[in-house]
Parts: sequence; C-alpha cells; structure tokens
Amino acid sequence: MTATDATSDEALHAEMHDELVERTSEGTQEMFSREVAGGVNVLRETGSVLRLSEADAADLSSDRTAEGDTTIINMGPQHPSTHGVLRLMLELDGEQVLRTKPIIGYLHTGMEKTGEVLTYLQGPTNVTRMDYASPLFNELVFSLATEALLGVEVPERATWIRMLMCEMNRISSHLLFMATNGMDLGAVSMMLYGWREREETLRFLEKVTGLRMNHNYIRPGGVAADLPDGWRDDVLRLCETIPPRLAEYDVLMTGQPIWRERLQGVGLITTEEALALGATGPILRSTGYAWDLRRTMPYLAYDEVDFEVVVGSYGDCFDRYAIRLHEIRESLGIVGQIVDRMPSGDYRVQDKKVTPPPRARINESMEALIHHFKIFTEGFKVPEGEVYVAVESPRGELGCYIVSDGSPKPYRMHIRGPSFVNLQTLPHMMAGGLIADAVAVISSVDPIMGEVDR
Amino acid sequence: MTDPSPSSAAVDPESGPELLHGAPVVRAQGQRSVHVGREELAALVGALRDEGYAMCIDVTAVDYLTHDGARALPGDVSPERFELVVNLISHAARDRVRLRVQVPEDDPVVPSLFEIHPGTEAMEREVFDMFGIRFVGHPDLSRILMPEDWEGHPLRKDFAVGRIPVQFKGAPAAR
Repeated sequence: MTATDATSDEALHAEMHDELVERTSEGTQEMFSREVAGGVNVLRETGSVLRLSEADAADLSSDRTAEGDTTIINMGPQHPSTHGVLRLMLELDGEQVLRTKPIIGYLHTGMEKTGEVLTYLQGPTNVTRMDYASPLFNELVFSLATEALLGVEVPERATWIRMLMCEMNRISSHLLFMATNGMDLGAVSMMLYGWREREETLRFLEKVTGLRMNHNYIRPGGVAADLPDGWRDDVLRLCETIPPRLAEYDVLMTGQPIWRERLQGVGLITTEEALALGATGPILRSTGYAWDLRRTMPYLAYDEVDFEVVVGSYGDCFDRYAIRLHEIRESLGIVGQIVDRMPSGDYRVQDKKVTPPPRARINESMEALIHHFKIFTEGFKVPEGEVYVAVESPRGELGCYIVSDGSPKPYRMHIRGPSFVNLQTLPHMMAGGLIADAVAVISSVDPIMGEVDR
Repeated sequence: MTDPSPSSAAVDPESGPELLHGAPVVRAQGQRSVHVGREELAALVGALRDEGYAMCIDVTAVDYLTHDGARALPGDVSPERFELVVNLISHAARDRVRLRVQVPEDDPVVPSLFEIHPGTEAMEREVFDMFGIRFVGHPDLSRILMPEDWEGHPLRKDFAVGRIPVQFKGAPAAR
C-alpha cells in the first residue's frame, strides 16, 4: 500500500467515523473499523488479554481481511437473549465473530449516588435492587460492611438465618439461570421448568420476608424478622422436591447430545485469562480454579458447614452450566445442615442504638419510642472509616466499599458487581466463535444488567 | 493477619509505621490499606502482582470534597480531593490489600493499570465516567454508564442528586 492510499483510507474512515457518531447518540462508545479503533483497542476487542510478543501483536492487528469483507453489526439492547439491556457490537466475517464490544449503561440509575442520601437502615432497600436475581446477597454485603464499621457482633442465629436465606437465594438464582440458559439455546420447555422450581424457592423467601424479590430482609444488625413457624417443614419440603427435578434437568439437558454439541468447547477461557480479566464465580471456577470465597475466605459461618467447591476443567459454556447445576445441589446440602444446626437466640443485635425496639415496647417505654423515632428519622451514626467487604454471590465476588464520615449516611457506597467485571470476558470468549454461539456465551456469563449498570 | 510480602520484614521497629515497598500501611477494621503516590502506583501494583496479588478485584474512587471528619492518613501523605481506591487480592496468601492514591482536583490524572491487569479496563472507565479522573494509557477512555453527551461527573460531591419535582395533591409546593 502506498502512502497516498493510506491517507485517503484514513480520510475515508474518519468520515465513516463522523457519520457513525452523527447517526447515534452513543458516539465514541461504539466499536469502529480496525483502522479507526487503533491497535490496543482492536486487540482488546478481539479478546487478547495476555501480553503478546511484538510480532504476534503486529500479526493479530494486520492479518484478516481487507476492509469490506467484515461487517459490524449491533445486537441488542432489545434482544431476548441479552438478559435485559446488554448491547453488543460484533464484527463479523461471514458467520464468524472477530471482535466484540459490550456497550452498557442502559439501565444506569445512579444507585451509588442514591446510596449517599439514604441512611444505613434505608441502604438495603437501595442495594437490593442492583442484582435483582440475588437480592439477598446485596443486602448481606452492605450489612456486613456497615457492621464492620460499627464494630457490632451479630447474634449467631442471625448469622445462620442469613446463611439459610442466601443459599435459598443462590438456588433460585441458579434456577433462573437454568431457565434462561435453556431458552437461549432453544430448550424452551426448560424455561417453564426452571421458572416452576424457582417459584417454589421464591415462595419460601416470600413467606419469610414478605416479598418475592427486593426483600430488604438482611439489615445492618441482623435480619428484619425471625423465621416464621413451620419454616423447617418448608425448607425440608424444598430439599425433597428440587433434587428429583434436577435429575429431570439432567435428562432434558446434561446428557443430551444436542445440548452438549451446543455448549462443549464453546466460549473457552483459561485460568490465566480469567484472572487477568478479573472474572470471578462460575467463570473462574469453570477453568478448574477452585476459588470460592465461602471456602477460601469464609464469612458468616461457612467454615462450619460442609460443602464442595464445584470446578470445571475446560472453561467452556458446558462447564459453567454444569457448575451452576451442581451448585444448586451443594446449596441444598448446606441448607439441610442449617436446618439441623439452627441455633436459638436473637435474630438481631440487641443494641438500642442500631436496632429499633420491638413494637410492644414502644407503647410502654418513652426511651423505646425515642430510639424508634431517632433510628427511623435520623438513623444511627456510623464511626468514621472505610471498609471493603466481599461475599460470594451466585455470579462471583460481590464487594461493597463504604466510606463513612461519622454521619448516619454513607459518605460513599460502592458496589463491586461481579456481572460488571465478568462482562469483560465476553470479547475474549466470543472471538473466533460463530454468531450462533454468541447467545450461548452471553447466557453462560449470566449477567444481571441491574448490577452491571447499577 | 500475616503479611506475606517479604518487604514487611524490612520495617524498622524504631520508625514505627509499617511500610509495603516503601509506602505507608494503615490498618483499620482488620483491613490493610496502603497509601501510595500516583507516580509509584503502577510500579507497586506490578511488584505486588509478582508477589502473588495476581488479581485486581476493584478500582473505584472517592470524592472527599465535603467529608467532615478527619481522614486517617499517614503523616507524610497530604490529602487531596479525590482518592483512587484499588483492591488487590492474593489467592495464594488469601489476603487482600487496598491501595489508596491521592489525586488532586486540578490535575485528576493517574496512570492506567490496564497494562498490568487488563481487567481494570471497565472499572477505570467507570471511574472516569463518574469522577472525571483520567487514566493515562487506557486504550479506550470513554464514558461507560452515562450517555456520551452527558455533562459532568455524577459521583462528584458537587454534582447534585437528580430530582423530579412531585406535586402532591393539597401540598403547598414541590419539595
């Protein structure tokens, strides 16, 4: 190519670029043709995460197709398989995906900003709406961070109730994945089965918390209410109902040749790549790396219960499916142990400055009324400091970073959403695959857009 | 909590403050945060990566504009308006370390960690979007959550919380 060619090409692409910016309001968040995007960007969008030699890098960005053979297409944000409002720009060579760029922000509602104007007691109502498929984990991590700053010790029963509810929530979240993953891949009946089982776990959550989702049940200092009468029977009934249904999933999906064809060897990722990209949860475990915060850095009372950390071996979509399916079984096992070992005692800390008094006390005690009033209007003051707490949500490491300036509201509340970080693995897992597999890969990441965009 | 880094052995018992690669360490709530200058940030993250802190879990920032309390900073760290917070994790040592970097208001620029941990790409974009802190060496520093034509950086403390005026029936005025 001569020098004049290059400059005229550049002008052409600059023109295309301007036109693209003009036609959409997203401007530079878009994916551009290779020449406009430039070296590092192209590498990132082709999913190169590990350092390459200079020669390899040059090879990667210069090989491939003269301009015109590839097409940049847009997938989403309104696409049934993008789990909400995820938008992907894909560069295709025929049916093959060369580059991918996720474009997010369509569900951004400024929840971290909102968190700064809510008191610590109101905080869980806000964070619970982030990852709406596993709301209790959001409440848990926020409450743990607040308690770390307050320096309060939560009663044992509250800890075990939290564990019970979180494992129930993990089951419902993974069942939701089973349903949507099945539908994304064409097993539409799976959608109904997954939903059916999820509804049964949600019925238990509703019985305990009053709501199917967005519970605001786990609060700083404990939980909102004690477990209702008959909770043991409900849990045991679930532990009996779900395993045979999981066996049915195995028949419908796991052992089925079409299912395996669609998932095995699709969306590959290695341990090094997952670590470099910050991926956690089933994505990291699918590579054979046994990292589960419940086991490796225990919180609550996970060091006292017995469970297996499920890992895959190939890092493909099938491993991620199988890990989640098996994690439902492990969670059921944990739930069974919790039923046996649930301690008695208080379900929230008996600290009058943190916990509102019981309703009956308000009628007879002036101090109780004052505390009640102060906690619900002004809120309780949290000592200055900053803290980062992480838990293992169904999607990976869910972290909460709170900075307190000594007032009743967090000075800064940041949630490290696993889906947000895990989305970065998409360009890598998609590269070189078929457009039909893109749906399988997105589904196996299991992003919840409420948490991605927050 | 044990400190797995070899440099901790080099702490002078006389001088008091614990150091990690020359940067002062503060412990609170059983957690360790290291205050590092922005010039030394990339070198420290690289050195820690070689020591086993192989994963960058989180990058975020705090705007200390209206913070009333006294911030517990080690003596020789002068407070600035912004603070970049980087969370690293070592799987082998099962340990976390938090790096806090003071970023001045009039020059909100820090080096990107993309070359060391490619996974910081989206998180740095989020910090840029929300706080207007620019990352030198980031491949694609554009807004990620807000629309491209948005003005301002929402998580800064001088950026007002959005309100939609609501007129309740019989109420004197919108709040």
